[in-house]
Amino acid sequence: MRRAARGQRLTALLLVGPLLLLLLFSFCLPIAALLGRAIYDPTMADALPRTAAALQAVPDSAREGVPPDPVFVALGEDLLAAKQDNSLYAIAKTLNSLLPAARSHVLRAGRHLQEGEPATRASMTEADPFWGEPDTWFAIRQGVHRFTSTYLLAAIDLRWLPDGGIGKLPEDEAIYRAVFLRTFLVATVVTVATLVLGFPLAWLLANLPNRLSARLIMLVLLPFWTSILVRTAAWTVLLQKYGLLNDLLLWLHVSSERFDLMYTRTGMIIAMTHIQLPFTLLPIYSAMRTLQPSQMRAAYSLGARPFTAFRRVYLPQVMPGVAAGALLTFILCLGYFITPALVGGPADQLISNFISNYINVELNWQMAAALSFILLTLTLALYGLFTKLLGVDRLKLV
Amino acid sequence: MKTSFRITGLAALAAGLLAAVPAVAQELTIVSAGGAWQAAQREAWYKPFAEKMGIKFNEQENSSSLALVQAMVQAHNVTLDLATVETATVLRGCDSGILQRLDYGKIADRSKFLAGSALDCGMGLDVYGDILAYDTTVLSKGPTSVLALFDTKNFPGKRGMRKVPQGNLEWALMADGVPADQVYKVLATPQGVDRAFAKLDTIKNDIVWWSAGAQSPQFLASKEVVMTTAYNGRIQNPIDQEKKPFKIVWENQIIEYDMIAIPKGAPHLDLAYKYLAYIAQPENNGRLGSYIPYGPVVKEAAKYVPPETLAKLPTAPDHMKSVLVANVEFWGDHGEDLTKRFNAWLAK
Repeated sequence: MRRAARGQRLTALLLVGPLLLLLLFSFCLPIAALLGRAIYDPTMADALPRTAAALQAVPDSAREGVPPDPVFVALGEDLLAAKQDNSLYAIAKTLNSLLPAARSHVLRAGRHLQEGEPATRASMTEADPFWGEPDTWFAIRQGVHRFTSTYLLAAIDLRWLPDGGIGKLPEDEAIYRAVFLRTFLVATVVTVATLVLGFPLAWLLANLPNRLSARLIMLVLLPFWTSILVRTAAWTVLLQKYGLLNDLLLWLHVSSERFDLMYTRTGMIIAMTHIQLPFTLLPIYSAMRTLQPSQMRAAYSLGARPFTAFRRVYLPQVMPGVAAGALLTFILCLGYFITPALVGGPADQLISNFISNYINVELNWQMAAALSFILLTLTLALYGLFTKLLGVDRLKLV
Repeated sequence: MKTSFRITGLAALAAGLLAAVPAVAQELTIVSAGGAWQAAQREAWYKPFAEKMGIKFNEQENSSSLALVQAMVQAHNVTLDLATVETATVLRGCDSGILQRLDYGKIADRSKFLAGSALDCGMGLDVYGDILAYDTTVLSKGPTSVLALFDTKNFPGKRGMRKVPQGNLEWALMADGVPADQVYKVLATPQGVDRAFAKLDTIKNDIVWWSAGAQSPQFLASKEVVMTTAYNGRIQNPIDQEKKPFKIVWENQIIEYDMIAIPKGAPHLDLAYKYLAYIAQPENNGRLGSYIPYGPVVKEAAKYVPPETLAKLPTAPDHMKSVLVANVEFWGDHGEDLTKRFNAWLAK
């Protein structure tokens, strides 16, 4: 009996084995590797080994501010070596991301350094006052650590201060908390909107005669099968200032002016709600379909008023479907990218738009990884909270 | 006996395959930004070069080709031979070590190029202007300078601008009274940056942002905006080919170069160099102007540009009265932090 059970378990494992391996190699490992970039950045440690060692060797009293001569000698040697193997530019770029405009100073220092002329504090600071500034050395000390929390802190608008504490980013650079908040707010609004629209529609579809409901459900599924890009592009045509929607409102005399719907939060939420509606609707519909109509009749015959019967008999049984639909839409909304980019304005961009910008335009994958890490953590936390509140066994997907 | 027969068969097959290789045309993979510009490159350069060398072009389209190159170089699987890139990002790609440092000995004499168009990792392809455009049926009395972007009193309504700090910050400072030759000096100071953003603040609610070059003529055509910044070629082509009532404002235009680069580890390096040498020849470099009004970067090429095109180029004498040449070094140094600040400003 036991052996049979074990055999069954083994068969089951063998059956899902390929899927697990696929998930591991094509999903978990790449994600882990990418997220690793948020905390691991060896560029400067590899390129400035002597400087890193010299900085370690200085007495505690010189741990802050501009270091003494030996560190400058080491830096000179490192930069010379970097010049020879063409890694000077990599140092310049990494330091530039920690300290604006550092790039040209590093390149200039590289140009001036000559073999056989060891750099000194006096010679370097005289040639370029940049090397005599405490901020420069604060950035270098940060940069030569292989593991860094700078990017993760920046993803929540924080930074290391020169005195070793953690402080807020200056006002004109701090945006990510607001963007995360906006992302969650938009996801919530869209989820609620799809519920308000989707619940009655699901009820209608579930209670119509089979043939009619099958035809109507096609109307729901057809856009569902259309690419999200196509649907978003369609919305840009509809929402334009001289687009169909504004034409219609004008023609119906609802308004005498044309509304700005493109590049606004309202337009973006309308488009997202339309795209997400099937995701919310289908799990609710399937929960409603499995419900026996006789249960409601039984409730009525036992004396329940329609509202009470709905609240105490109908709603609790379709709730898992509602929860599954809402969760699906909410989580998908957190990762929305195309619709905000095309329909939303600059103040409507969600966190995925910033991640994509760091990957595609800025080439700062560390920052993209850090933001992704925060997003993934928040999403998992919310998912955990949600399933804990509702009970994961009650969730029912389509 | 049977085994040896099989081995002979395999050997024959292998020999056949090897012999077949040289017969297949070499393929040069190139990624560019698509639209009218890539079509112009195709007619002016890809087709004649492919014919001359007996090769094929494998064309791809991507408006952020540098990220594509970075992904390929880091994955050690570079399948691209050539990529067109923006001047503002070519330095960043060079510093990251993902672009090949060009050996101009294999291309052309560096002094034959316009100043600043032959960079270490990128060779100039053409000169284009960042200009202002409007629809003459919407604005009968149109603006005369790009700086009219900031004049909401005389020109109310939405204006299209590119969603990057490059260009916009320079115009903001000029509109605020900074002379063109001082712009980059002022912008290098924190006070100058604050001043530029403060000026942009005055029109923030009137701006509709575009990110792909093809969007700006579309904004004008759909009347979403009353005026928009644009690349001159993207406006000139609808004027010439579709008879659109658009007009280009050249006063205070910003001049930039389009660049071409070779990703590090490109599979057909020699052929890629030959292509660069081909488009650096004056008669070839001037030919692009016949298909899109972008000027040549090779000094001697001007005489190969058709005369009717010359007047439409950003470098035409009539258009050069007040121009700003984009400063590559400045954007290499400050691009990252100003973009960060710009994005934060946008998101607020």
